[in-house]
Amino acid sequence: MKRLQYMATRVLQGLLALLVIATVNFMLVRAAPGDPVSVMAGEAGASDAQFVAQLRQQFGLDQPVSTQLGRYLAHVVQGDLGFSYRQQQPVLALIAERLPATLLLTGSAFVLSLLFGVALGAIASRRPGSWMDSAITVVALVFYATPLYWLAMMAVLLFTVQLGWLPGFGHMTVGADLHGLARLWDGAQHLLLPALTLALFYMAVYARMTRAAMLEVAQMDFVKTARAKGVAPGRILRAHVLRNALLPVVTLAGIQAGGMIGGAVLTETVFAWPGIGRLMFDALLQRDYNLLLGCFLVTAAMAVLFNLLTDLVYTLVDPRIDLH
Amino acid sequence: MSKAFWRRFCRNKGAVLGLLVLAVALVLVAVGPLLAPNDPWDMVQQPFLAPLQEAGFPMGTDTMGRDIFSGVVRGARISLLIAVVSTAVSLLIGVGIGAVAGYFGGWVDATLMRFTELFQAVPSFALAIVLVAIFQPSVGAIVAAIAIVSWPPVARLVRGEFLSLRQRDFVAAAQLAGLSTPRIILTQVLPNAASPIVVMASLMVATAILLESSLSFLGLGDPNQMSWGYMVGSARTVLRQAWWMAVFPGLAIVLTVLALNLVGEGLNDGLNARADGRSR
Amino acid sequence: MSALPHMGAQPAAAADAPVLAIDGLDIRLPAGADRALAVQGASLQLRAGQTLCVVGESGSGKSMIANAIMGLLPGPQVAPVAGRILFQGQDLLQLDEAGLRQLRGSRIGMVFQEPMTALNPVMRIGEQIGEVFDAHLRLPAAEKRQRILAALADVGLPDPALLIDSHPFRLSGGQRQRVMIACAMALEPALLICDEPTTALDVTTQAQILALIRGLQHRRGMAVLFITHDFGVVSEIADQVVVMQTGCIVEAGDVQQVLRAPRNAYTRQLIAAIPQGRARQPVGDAGAPLVLQVQDLCKTHVTGRGLFSRGRRVEAAKDVSFDLRQGQTLGLVGESGSGKSSVGRCLVGLSPFESGRILFKGRSLLSGGPLMRQSGGKIQMVFQDPNASLNPRQKVGAAIAAGPIAQGVPVHEAQARCRELLALVGLGAEAADRWPHEFSGGQRQRICIARALAMQPELLVADEPVSALDVSVQAQVLKLFAEVRQRFQLAMVFITHDLRVAGEMCDHIAVMQRGRVVEHGPAAEVLTNPRHAYTQALINAVPRLAA
Repeated sequence: MKRLQYMATRVLQGLLALLVIATVNFMLVRAAPGDPVSVMAGEAGASDAQFVAQLRQQFGLDQPVSTQLGRYLAHVVQGDLGFSYRQQQPVLALIAERLPATLLLTGSAFVLSLLFGVALGAIASRRPGSWMDSAITVVALVFYATPLYWLAMMAVLLFTVQLGWLPGFGHMTVGADLHGLARLWDGAQHLLLPALTLALFYMAVYARMTRAAMLEVAQMDFVKTARAKGVAPGRILRAHVLRNALLPVVTLAGIQAGGMIGGAVLTETVFAWPGIGRLMFDALLQRDYNLLLGCFLVTAAMAVLFNLLTDLVYTLVDPRIDLH
Repeated sequence: MSKAFWRRFCRNKGAVLGLLVLAVALVLVAVGPLLAPNDPWDMVQQPFLAPLQEAGFPMGTDTMGRDIFSGVVRGARISLLIAVVSTAVSLLIGVGIGAVAGYFGGWVDATLMRFTELFQAVPSFALAIVLVAIFQPSVGAIVAAIAIVSWPPVARLVRGEFLSLRQRDFVAAAQLAGLSTPRIILTQVLPNAASPIVVMASLMVATAILLESSLSFLGLGDPNQMSWGYMVGSARTVLRQAWWMAVFPGLAIVLTVLALNLVGEGLNDGLNARADGRSR
Repeated sequence: MSALPHMGAQPAAAADAPVLAIDGLDIRLPAGADRALAVQGASLQLRAGQTLCVVGESGSGKSMIANAIMGLLPGPQVAPVAGRILFQGQDLLQLDEAGLRQLRGSRIGMVFQEPMTALNPVMRIGEQIGEVFDAHLRLPAAEKRQRILAALADVGLPDPALLIDSHPFRLSGGQRQRVMIACAMALEPALLICDEPTTALDVTTQAQILALIRGLQHRRGMAVLFITHDFGVVSEIADQVVVMQTGCIVEAGDVQQVLRAPRNAYTRQLIAAIPQGRARQPVGDAGAPLVLQVQDLCKTHVTGRGLFSRGRRVEAAKDVSFDLRQGQTLGLVGESGSGKSSVGRCLVGLSPFESGRILFKGRSLLSGGPLMRQSGGKIQMVFQDPNASLNPRQKVGAAIAAGPIAQGVPVHEAQARCRELLALVGLGAEAADRWPHEFSGGQRQRICIARALAMQPELLVADEPVSALDVSVQAQVLKLFAEVRQRFQLAMVFITHDLRVAGEMCDHIAVMQRGRVVEHGPAAEVLTNPRHAYTQALINAVPRLAA
């Protein structure tokens, strides 16, 4: 019962967070430079004061701020995120078109980084101080210090320009009309480099965290108890050390996922991956603030949702949550 | 006490290496203009000059014939400056909020922590992009944006430290001795919380450099400053022709951030001497 | 409530060859430790059905021997370098890790000191006991479950079927220790090693666990190696005893002989340091001014309040009343959860209280923070853990002088007072310039006493001030308390869980159970003629030396 209460509390907190983010978004929209009315009116209409006033009234821009906020929130809940004047399309339509590509990229990067990160961290912690441990630690440190976009560019330089092994552009080969397995293979080839470069930074984070957590848990009393019972070392590592060390890693994964969604902007820009990140970059170039803020709202919502999911997973994994 | 600190710090070889690299970076910042006399914005040679082809241009030139080496050296100044200032501002906000939340507990803590969590729920890089884009790119905007997205982890750390230190008997003894609350926070609690804050500060400077360079890469850097991120960003479309435009500034970022992380770990070893049995 | 037998255990018929024989064992420490060898030249013998107690203070190396037998010494730098450990004739030091693993849990079982951290928090109890079977046998699932249930019942745990699926956080310290014993005993080992298994437990729980171990030993006929620092425990369960001091065995022999006629000076010192529980004669005339009057004090804790739950209310103290006159000492005695510490904190103003009155020198005090201001620093406290009650980043002199300075005393006068007090508590005046970590636990507690005295208090509340100290150091600090009390005519509230200490230090004793005072009277009366059943249970549970 307590677990349900806890989860309900977290869901409510998530909704509150979304509300606040939407409000902040609204304020940022208003703070954005440029008068939306003159943009809408275009070159000719801006000089006609009556037309401008009519537009203002039509879009409710002459109402007090609180009413505008209310209207904005109502729009958001219904899915209307505004209109992109540069691209002449509703913001939501543009985002919806690009969302799956970003989910694919961040999803695969997340899985890759978590799996390999935890595995490498666990391997490094088995024999601290050995050459394997030093190697993994150094590699992790280097990738942790590498900017995402630079790593992406170096990857393109090496694998696409120099070696020609993998494509460095887009999410599928343009023009080739592939089906079935060939199409999947083509997609996978295009996905590999972007997902890998996005994953490497976070892989380093998880590897270091896992290693530190496992070393710390290995010192704990209950591990000594397990040894005194004669339990095999493999089982001690799995059932005692890893199971307890994973708890802080799961928490970290939830927090880092938000960073990964933000980092996708950089990766998608370098690889010309058709996702929300690339959309944000284009919006930046074109100073299309409506689109930019629409993307921001969606990314923030994704991060909040993801955080909530990891929290729920955590409550399932840690039996002590009942006591909170 | 500081001798013991240096002994433990120097035991970490990586930390010593990092400190050396940082020293080199600082020297570069100081004497840079002497080493690389060219203004990085001046077009001094032919474009797309490969490294080491001309004397005096060890890193080649970019699309407009500007000297990359001087760009890297000058870029050190602006990157480190922005990183240090934004970290300082971030620390001010974070330590302030965390200390108040951790010391007073109760509903003060609950409200401040809800506020912090709300902030943390938003992806920090996306927020930074939006903030800089809306308030127009400038050094001030970048520093403010980085500070705004970086303070939550500090606040949580400081709050945790203050919460646990608050329960310690020596704080109770200070209260019984009649010390005033601000005095207790400053003389009893803060000195004991200082070590993790210092370690975190060094890591935050590293993160700030990465953040600033990412913003510059996307074109959100101050247009008057030649920063490392901007240089890598301008190389994006001409990567095939001029790989050196991206490699050298990027390497500079990697080395500096790596050095800061190593120094941070060394500080951690040096300050948190749990092996000695001391309660930090 | 049946009293534990106070005579030493009957030595069982000894088998021919000893189960455990340690011969000239040396264990080295890493470079930079305070001595080269943790254990030097240790030799002992243990037969089936017998209990051997290894007694010593902290740092004596007694735990090292236990860990060395199981091969669980920490790290490669701490390792045996000489001697033999013969278990049923086999030298354990010659075995490799795989060989040792076969013995652990099946032929040798071990129980550790801290029950709260000794079990995996995310694994169910049944699985943790099942691991022992899985590591050594191949059992079908049904039979394994039967044996787990039997093991849980054997150690006296209620509702084994429910426990199997529970997690450790649902159990108390005593119950977790029973689970540990169940794990260690599951495969009926020939040797059980207990490393201070009851030190972290309440006195009544300790009595139950000791009884459990004795019962198991009698039924199974195994050998027990029991590490402890408490001679009272030795007296209750040991057949043989070995006394260790800084790594060397200084005395060994039959328990009756060692306790009655110890040959070594250190052993004599240890035995003499144990508080006998002989009650003090009440001191100070009944006409001395009333310093403290507590009337119907109530304090409630609320935990786990969240957005949806109202939280649990725990009554830490209910209707607590007592009086205290100048120069007299009141002992607040109880086990963990009795509320004694809560009352102590309310008295000094560190915790607010919900209802009732506290009158200090006739003046009613407000609750919580304002109480500290009102009392003007005349109510002071000495805390339990000397390691945590001094600011590690502040020099000793500054810590002691901080209080008077905050009250407006001029700096040089405060410093003079500080030096005076340091001399009084037995540390030189030069201690003022040193850092807390340069002192031992007992010395730090003296510094804390000096710090409390610097404020010239009239009421001193001591919250378990000697519980964290070694037995010989305890005696010295208690002596200091007595001196200080006499010299400054202090009224003292002495909070402790140890009835023996309360008997020696206090004029009156108030026994607390679950927040209420169940017995209150002069110390001599409470200890010899208790009226409440709980007090009687406490007295019975105290491990006492055979008269």
